[in-house]
This record gives sequence, C-alpha cells and structure tokens, in this order.
Amino acid sequence: MKKINNIMMILAAVGMGVSAAVAGDANNIVVDGSTTVGPIAKAFAEYYMGKHQAVNITVSESGSGNGAKSLINAACDVATMSRPMKNSEKKAAQDAGILAIEHIVALDGLSVIVHPSNPRSNLTIEQIRDIYTGKITNWKELGGQDQKIVVISRDTNSGTYESFNTLVLQEAKLKGGAEYVGSNGAIRQRVMSTEAAIGYVGLAFTEGVKSLKVNGVAPSAETVLAKTYPIARPLYMYTNGRTKEGTALDGFVNLYQTAEGKRIIEDTGFIPVK
Amino acid sequence: MIKNLDQTNVTAGREGSSLLLSHRAQRQQRITGLLGSGFLLAVTSLSTFAVLFIFYFIARDALPFFQLQGFKQFFTSTHWYPSASVPEFGALSIFIGSGLVTLGAVLVAVPLGITAAVCLSDVLPFSVRQVVKPVIEMLAAIPSVAYGFFALVVFAPLLQEQGGHILKVASWIIGSPIALLTIVVASDMLTDRMSSVHRARARWTWMTVLSAVAFWGLWHLGNSLGSITITSGTNALNVSIILGIMALPTVVSVAEDAIQATGRELREGSYALGATRSETILKTIIPAASSGIIAAVILGVMRAVGETMVVWMASGNAAQIPQPWYNVLQPVRTLTATIAGDMGEADQATGSARFHVLFAMALCLLLFSFACNLASEWGVRRTRRKVGR
Repeated sequence: MKKINNIMMILAAVGMGVSAAVAGDANNIVVDGSTTVGPIAKAFAEYYMGKHQAVNITVSESGSGNGAKSLINAACDVATMSRPMKNSEKKAAQDAGILAIEHIVALDGLSVIVHPSNPRSNLTIEQIRDIYTGKITNWKELGGQDQKIVVISRDTNSGTYESFNTLVLQEAKLKGGAEYVGSNGAIRQRVMSTEAAIGYVGLAFTEGVKSLKVNGVAPSAETVLAKTYPIARPLYMYTNGRTKEGTALDGFVNLYQTAEGKRIIEDTGFIPVK
Repeated sequence: MIKNLDQTNVTAGREGSSLLLSHRAQRQQRITGLLGSGFLLAVTSLSTFAVLFIFYFIARDALPFFQLQGFKQFFTSTHWYPSASVPEFGALSIFIGSGLVTLGAVLVAVPLGITAAVCLSDVLPFSVRQVVKPVIEMLAAIPSVAYGFFALVVFAPLLQEQGGHILKVASWIIGSPIALLTIVVASDMLTDRMSSVHRARARWTWMTVLSAVAFWGLWHLGNSLGSITITSGTNALNVSIILGIMALPTVVSVAEDAIQATGRELREGSYALGATRSETILKTIIPAASSGIIAAVILGVMRAVGETMVVWMASGNAAQIPQPWYNVLQPVRTLTATIAGDMGEADQATGSARFHVLFAMALCLLLFSFACNLASEWGVRRTRRKVGR
C-alpha cells in the first residue's frame, strides 16, 4: 500500500511537471476544470483540432475548484468552471501573477431529478430545500408513497454543488444522511436505479430519469434563457489575461460566439448565450 | 546483510594474501567492496526513507489543523461541513463509518478466508491447490475501480430490488452451518458426563430439540430480514461485502502460509497420537498457526481500511452515524473517501483548515496502519518462534 502511495506521488509530480511544461506552448492548449463544462470543452477541442491539424488540445475534468487551481499554478491555459471564481481564488491568482479573464460560454439549468415511477411532477424551491436540509424526510409528506427519501448530492468539490448550494439551499447545511457522489453521470445512475431518490444534475444529464418542474416551471433552454426557471447558471471559461487575436487559444475560447460553436453547445445539451 | 558482505570481503582479502596480491590490489579490493555494500545500503534505505518522508510530510501538514481547530471538535463532533461559510470539522461519524465498513469487511473476509486457507493447505489434494490458490490470488489483481463500478452499477440496484430476499438467503447460508456446528458441539458437551448407557439416546434427543429451536430461530430471522426493503443500495453493507472480497486474497494467502509453516512433524505427531484429521486441524494446526492467522486478519483489516475507490463510489458518503450504530443498511462516509473526494477544493487559497483536516485524517490512517503493521509483524515472528524456525 505504501509503495503504491509512493508511486502515485511520483506520478503526480511527473504529471504536474509535464502539464506545466505543455502550458504556454502556442499550439498546445491544456484545458482543466468542471465536469459540467467538460463536454462542451471536449466537443470544442474535437472540432477545433479537426480544423487546425497543428493544434493539440487536452481536456481534463477534475472539478471547477481544481480548474481554478490549475490556472493559478499555470498548469493549464483554460480553466472551465461551472461557477464564477471566488474572491479567494482571484486573490490567489493575483498573488501568482495571473490575471483571470472570464468568458461566459453557455447557460445551464440544474434539473432536479427523481425516479421515473415517482408521481410528483412539481416541487417548490422551498420544498427542495426542506428535503435537502432534512425537514422533509418521506415522500408521504409530499403526497407520495410511504418511502424514505434518498437524498443525493454532488460532492462539495463540484461546481454543480456550489451552484445548488447558492441557488437552492442558500447556504443552509445539507442533512447528515445525504449521499454524495462524484459526477453528474453517477447521480443520474443512482436516481435511475433508486425508486425513492432525488438528485440534481446539469440539464444535459436527464436521460432515463424524470426531471421535475420547479415552482411550476419546467427546465428547458427557453425557460433558462427567459430567466423564468429558478435554478439556472452561466458556465465559464477562464484564461490568463486577454487572449491574443489570431492565436489558437483565442480561436478555441471564442468558439462559443460562432454559429458552429452554438450548434455544438446545443448538441451537448446546454444553452448558447445570445 | 552488510555484515555478511564485510565478512566475505575479509575472507576474500585473506585468500588474496595467500595468493600474494600486492598491497595496492588488496586496498583496491577493499574499497570496491565498501563501495558495493554502501551502494546496496543506499538502495535498501531508499524505500525506508520514502516511508519516513511520507510520515514527515503528512504530519507536517496535519499538525497545523490541530493548532487551528484543536482536538475536541475533530474527534467528538459529527458535524462535517468543511465548505460552509462557518466550517465545521467534526469527523467522529467519518471515523465510525471507516470502522463500521472495516468491521463488516472483516466479518466477510475472515471466516471465508481462514476456511479457505485450511482447505487449501490440509484438505484439498496438492494438485488442486496449485490451481485454486492462484485463482484466489487473482482477486487481488482486479483494479479497485472495477470493484467500485460493480458495487455501484450492479450490486446497489440489486440490493434495492431484491434486498430482502438476498438478506434472507444469506442468513440461511451463513446461519445453517454455524447452527449445525453449535448443535453438535453443544449436545456433545451437555451429554459428556452421562453414563455411556444413556449417552447416545440423550445426545440424539438434545440434537433434535436444539435443531428444532435453531430452525425456528433461523426461520423467524429469515422472515424478518426478508421483509426489509433497502431504500438505498449504496450503503455500508454493500461496501463491506465488496471490501471483504477484496481483502480475501490477502487473508487466504497469509493464513495459508502460516498454516503450511507449522510443518509436517506436527501433523504426523498428532496423527500418531490417534487424532483424526479434523481433530488435528482444529486442535493442533490452527492453534499452532494462530499468531500467523492473526497477522493475516490484521493485513486484511489494513487492506479494507485503506481502500478508497470502492468506498468513494459505493458507500453513499453520508457523514452520519447510522441509527442504531450497527445499521449497515444506511450510507456512511469513510476517511479515505473523504480525503479523495475533498482534495480538489481543499486548496490553501480556499481555507487552510479545510486543507489540513485531510492531512489530519491521513495521519490518523497512517498511525492506524502503522500499529497494524507492527502487530502483524509481531504475529508472524511469534509463529516462527513457536514452530521453531
């Protein structure tokens, strides 16, 4: 076990060294960060590398917090984030001599999802908050079957959690019995296979589960753009300073403004900005 | 090791002088010898230093947490909200989660593992053992993320849909052999002092009565377990079973080595005194190998307590003490999963107590496995001394 730990540490050190060396090369773009923005970044990367053979783009998904950290440590060129940078992160970036520039690339709504067999189709924000803070513990209290609610949340490391925490919980503490999982796909998987579960995911991850109306509004591109759906948020890419026109980095980051970029964003299940 | 090398050098030197090597050649030889053993020493100590360095760096980052937050909250509170605006770092429920999952894994791995070890070394023919042991050891070669995927995608939904039936069948499978053994031993003991005239009949009566009681008990246990519905399949039970299977190869292989190490003489001596095979195994071999078996159990515990991927994927990660504490059907959170899951956000920039608390947990884990390691080392040594090797 200890030996394995050693090897892991060495590998991690080597990995950091390599990515640090790669960042900064004009034709190599390293992208790291949110698992929510990941699909967009990957689709962008594929499209851009198809057009420009000389450019090499690597996309990692390690969570918004890790993305910010990588940008601050100059280990990536683009940090993808599903929440704005915190003041503490901006300060850390400043201290490291990095000017984090924000690009809003798309909009995302958080869908509150339940098992397809669940009879509920609408919850209010207050009800969702009560479920997650432990005031409501049984579907019976909401007029459903007599079943204990299995509350599933993203880990506190994710931007999705941060958004849910601000938009729905308003910083109230999650109940102790809430289960934490490490990705949008894992929440969907858990809710799909668990009758009494409730979870929250990005709009793109609702296949096979039932997404609820919130305050009577169904989550969709239209309602998010019209700002009537209450659990919605912008998605970000951060770069170090303004990108220079004509560079590969500039082309990649500004793809979201092109017609092709908007089509890609729609294809991955998000909503392009107007 | 080094001593030996030096000695060979000395003898080589002596042989040299008898062959009349020049002083210069002798000196050269001695220096080469010293360099060689020095190099070997450096290589050997490299891994030792690595362990010491890990210890040092983890302790260095763990201690600031206790300076910042003190000991009380960490060890006695169950409020784990590291990302809240007023963060709370109560890790008690996480310690209990780790403990519960490890206990569960031990309950799965130890009976199975020791039975398998005895079977491999003393029951199965040698040719079969040569095939079966590598197959069991292959369990160790499966990457833990594969176990985790299985636990999350296959086992958790299965527990939710068929939980009651699975528990019922499991209670019969585990309960019947235990009940059978207890009945045989108990009726034996109860009738031990009777005169030989009535003994056989009394024994049969006791056996029938006890069997009826055991059957009644198991029937009710099975029915009450069968009526349970498991609301969430990612829970302590799921992880315990998977971790138990993961710890199995370690337990089997170390315990089997210990049982083998007791030697042929002991077995032959036992047979010579007229003991049957089962008496030899139960009364001679297992007691003789007991320290080694304890070492196997401890190594199994270490495997279970240190496993990360499976618990992160399939334990539910809920920072709560189950109600009641042994309720393995509720989700729990373990130390390893917390370290793995919270590392990303736990930057020095975003709140340093949150960063250091993970190292405090790592230090606790490290100290625990260090103690386990010492204990198992002691066990292995004791077996060797006992059998005189």
